[in-house]
Amino acid sequence: MRVCMPTTLSDACSMLADAGTAGRVMAGGTDLLVDWPQRAHEHDDTIWIDLSRVTPLRRITCADHVLRLGALTTYWDVVQSEQAAEAFPLLKQAARVVGSLQIQTRGTWAGNIMNGSPAADGVLALMAYDTTIELRSTAGVRRVSLDTFYTGYRSTVARADEILESIVLRRHRYRIQYFEKIGTRQAQAITKVGLALTQDSADHSWRVVMNSMAPTVTRCPALEGVLSAQQPMAGPDAWLPIIDADVSPIDDLRSTSRYRRVVAARLLHSALADRCDWIGQ
Amino acid sequence: MKRIEGISKLTGRERYVDDLPLEGFLWGATVRSPAARGRIKAIHFGTDIDWSQFVIVDHRDIPGPNEVAMIERDMPILAASEVRHAHEAILCLAHPDRHELRRAVASVRVEIEPEEPYLDFVAEPTQSQIQYGSDNVFKHIAVNKGDVEQALAEADVIIEGVYETGAQEHVYIEPQGMVAWEDDAGVLRLTGSLQCPYYVLNALMHGLNRTAEQVRVIQASTGGAFGGKEDYPSIIGLHTALLTLKAGCPVKMIYDRGEDLAATTKRHPSHIRHRTGFARDGRLLAQDIDIRLDAGAYVTLSPVVLSRCVIHAAGPYQCANVRINGQAVMTNRVPFGAFRGFGAPQSHFANERHMDAAARQLGIGPAELRRINLIRDGQQTATGQVINDGTDRVGLLDDALSRADYGRLREAHRAFNASNPYRRRGIGIATFHHGAGFTGSGEVDLASVVNVAGLADGRVEVQVANTEMGQGALTVLTQIAAARLGYDTNDIVIAPADTALVPNSGPTVASRTAMVVGFLIEQACDDLQAGVMQAAACDQRPVGAHLKQAIQIVVSQTEDHQPIIGSATYGKPPDVHWDEATYTGSAYGTYAWAAYVASVEVDLRTFVTTVTDFVAVQEIGTVLNEGLARGQIEGGVVQAIGWALSEECLWDEQGGMSNAQLTNYIIPTSCDVPLNIDVGFVENPYAYGAQGAKGIGELPMDGPAAAVLNAIADATGVNPTVVPMTPERLMELLVPNE
Ligand SMILES: Cc1cc2nc3c(=O)[nH]c(=O)nc-3n(C[C@H](O)[C@H](O)[C@H](O)COP(=O)(O)OP(=O)(O)OC[C@H]3O[C@@H](n4cnc5c(N)ncnc54)[C@H](O)[C@@H]3O)c2cc1C
Repeated sequence: MRVCMPTTLSDACSMLADAGTAGRVMAGGTDLLVDWPQRAHEHDDTIWIDLSRVTPLRRITCADHVLRLGALTTYWDVVQSEQAAEAFPLLKQAARVVGSLQIQTRGTWAGNIMNGSPAADGVLALMAYDTTIELRSTAGVRRVSLDTFYTGYRSTVARADEILESIVLRRHRYRIQYFEKIGTRQAQAITKVGLALTQDSADHSWRVVMNSMAPTVTRCPALEGVLSAQQPMAGPDAWLPIIDADVSPIDDLRSTSRYRRVVAARLLHSALADRCDWIGQ
Repeated sequence: MKRIEGISKLTGRERYVDDLPLEGFLWGATVRSPAARGRIKAIHFGTDIDWSQFVIVDHRDIPGPNEVAMIERDMPILAASEVRHAHEAILCLAHPDRHELRRAVASVRVEIEPEEPYLDFVAEPTQSQIQYGSDNVFKHIAVNKGDVEQALAEADVIIEGVYETGAQEHVYIEPQGMVAWEDDAGVLRLTGSLQCPYYVLNALMHGLNRTAEQVRVIQASTGGAFGGKEDYPSIIGLHTALLTLKAGCPVKMIYDRGEDLAATTKRHPSHIRHRTGFARDGRLLAQDIDIRLDAGAYVTLSPVVLSRCVIHAAGPYQCANVRINGQAVMTNRVPFGAFRGFGAPQSHFANERHMDAAARQLGIGPAELRRINLIRDGQQTATGQVINDGTDRVGLLDDALSRADYGRLREAHRAFNASNPYRRRGIGIATFHHGAGFTGSGEVDLASVVNVAGLADGRVEVQVANTEMGQGALTVLTQIAAARLGYDTNDIVIAPADTALVPNSGPTVASRTAMVVGFLIEQACDDLQAGVMQAAACDQRPVGAHLKQAIQIVVSQTEDHQPIIGSATYGKPPDVHWDEATYTGSAYGTYAWAAYVASVEVDLRTFVTTVTDFVAVQEIGTVLNEGLARGQIEGGVVQAIGWALSEECLWDEQGGMSNAQLTNYIIPTSCDVPLNIDVGFVENPYAYGAQGAKGIGELPMDGPAAAVLNAIADATGVNPTVVPMTPERLMELLVPNE
């Protein structure tokens, strides 16, 4: 295996382009190095492009209703940034329930997005906002909405030669912002059921996002439709058919499909019954 | 007294087996069975590896019989022609480069002709699944007291219940590891992470066909064990030794977490049925208990785990008519083995959950039902042992209840639950006991020997084979010797647990070290004092500075300044009589008694149970070291909360553990346990324990699961009977699928 340590983003892009299919970008390494060294032999031919010396990528900027997270921005950076945490409170909530403090100070939002796990907690919060990502390669930059970034289980529209340069959140005013992670325990846990909700106070539009409920972190158009239509709900069970239209949770080592559906319905109901009088009890 | 090795552990200076300096060595690794059961047809070595670079050991390289010497000799060191469980060891490989070694292990393909495995220990095996005797039962134990059938016929109320517990993994922080080498004198030395040096020594002597002088086992600093390093070190120790002998150089074998989780022993899963007769006023009239334990593929320690499980099954209660039938059943799973509590957590879980269910059905408060039935002095246990220790067990319960503010909380919870849309609070009790030391005639059979040596400089060295593995034995044994001799603790040395240097004082298991071995240390100290008194012709028993001086003089007067030795050998307390054939009599020299109270909050949206408060009150004889004793209780409670709520071994279709990673095998973190575990001790000195101490290490594992599930029942009104009571299981109880 080889490790390249570029100091500029353009060098990083060229190195990644040169590496071809052997190239892998590394940020905090908290996903890449899981099961290391047991799986080291799978990487004999890998060329690692380690971004850690491209220091400008660490930067957070907050201006004109736009929050920009760099490729190296960690969870902890957001927790520490009063502006970011105030403008987008769900980011801070998510950051504090990722892994442990060690992971929060090392893991990056960009790595969480690019890793493509359906259980990604950072992505859950980001997708509840109006988020775009900027992908750079030697050919230039392109912008992709996070909503349309994932195409299937661990697959995205990003090309192998692209580096996520920044994450751009456009600030709206929100009437409701809600985030809940139900993991296998209170800390150091992979999400079994994750739910994030926002309602824009200007146009009343909804974003309903779930993780660990489908092959990707996903928005839930059927639920958003029901909420936009202000459809009353008789109780938690009334949400189940709508949840089923949006997501398809599975049985796995961590939970069951039924648990995920029932809990999602109950979380939705309790979160919204408190905040929307038309829901009913 | 502070922990002797505390600072070096806290600062990372302590050296564990993987940290020991070693040169010119090879790494060892194991090739394991992919199948639950079958015949080994062929072993294919991948063509991408240069095998001439590797040392390869199989069953033909074993100098002695291919048997791991334990209670039985049924387990092969390396499978020869058949495998009985997934991850069973078949080959060992060694190579200087660990990376190459991993690649090599992955490239070996073992071809197995499959046979039908027996995986569900509750179901009767079919003819083709039978592999042991006529029914796969390794061990059957029965207890019979009074006339259960008649008492049931006459009882006002009969209450039945079935309780199940799952396998639990020890998750000691340091995985299994060993280093072996042959010294210049041809002695095979083995050092590693282990509890019982002499168990490993016996296994090496048997498997390697060597005398006691030709092998030497030395405990390395051990990062946790909980019973998981009682029997398994014999296996990995033999593997490492075999590689060393073939390679002609030192070999080091360290399991990674995945291998450790998948291949090593765990707590026995249990299935326990209770049928209980009560008088309408709550008096226990008859207990009819059936126990089935999953023993896994080989016998290991299952007969003695079953024994402890059976003996504790009727709980700390007075009942004239008791029938207990216990079976440990062979299955094609990884062998289950020793784990803190050793069968008692399973039986106490069942019994204490059952008592709660009974209280509800009888319309008697759970505390009151226990008060009515807790054994009083002069009454007899299920095996007919008369309890007469002066401990007020009802008082112990009342103490726990008042510390927990039980009465007020029950009222407060009722009001809270009525007003909160989805939070439910509850409180649960467990009263239980734990027999300290080996079961039955175990201690007599062990015949432990302890030496203490007066050294030339007057310090005293304690020579025992008992080991420090995180529990604080080094510190407590030092304290015991110092107190007995009137010494400063700095003048006591604990000899390394090295079979060439210390006598066999028995294994470090069964909560016996402080109590039994500590008591022997006191006697050996007395013997030393007597010896010094005689040699120095003192007219009084020397203690403290006098003793130190006298030892210096006595030793300096011997040729080559040999230390002066005091010694003690275990002797049975006079009133202990046990009949193995009928399972009657004093099952243990003494018992520790406990009453625990758990408070929980259940979230009806997520079915997550949070243990919000915990009170643990126990009578453990004399508390030798309050900080360490507290640590044992808190740690045990946490480990038991994990077993109760989240720790679950999931199995694949070959019976192997499918969640062999700490990401998916869920032990509690500090956020998952109550901030405050209120630990209370009641002291009632035991005449045959060091300074009056009883065993303590295992006790706190026994009660919490029942207390927590009883609290869940109180909070939600359901009757949970299975651990772990995961949110998924609780959901199925609270919101059954139509
Ligand atoms: C103990 C532990 C606990 C964890 N807990 C959680 C949790 O609770 N919730 C959660 O969501 N995750 C969790 N994770 C996963 C991980 O920490 C997060 O996904 C983290 O955000 C990954 O960021 P990283 O910088 O470490 O990524 P890396 O491991 O460096 O990279 C992850 C992936 O993204 C790619 N990548 C990284 N940066 C870029 C870039 N700029 N451009 C293109 N590709 C890139 C890499 O090639 C790789 O495929 C945990 C991990 C561990 C080890």
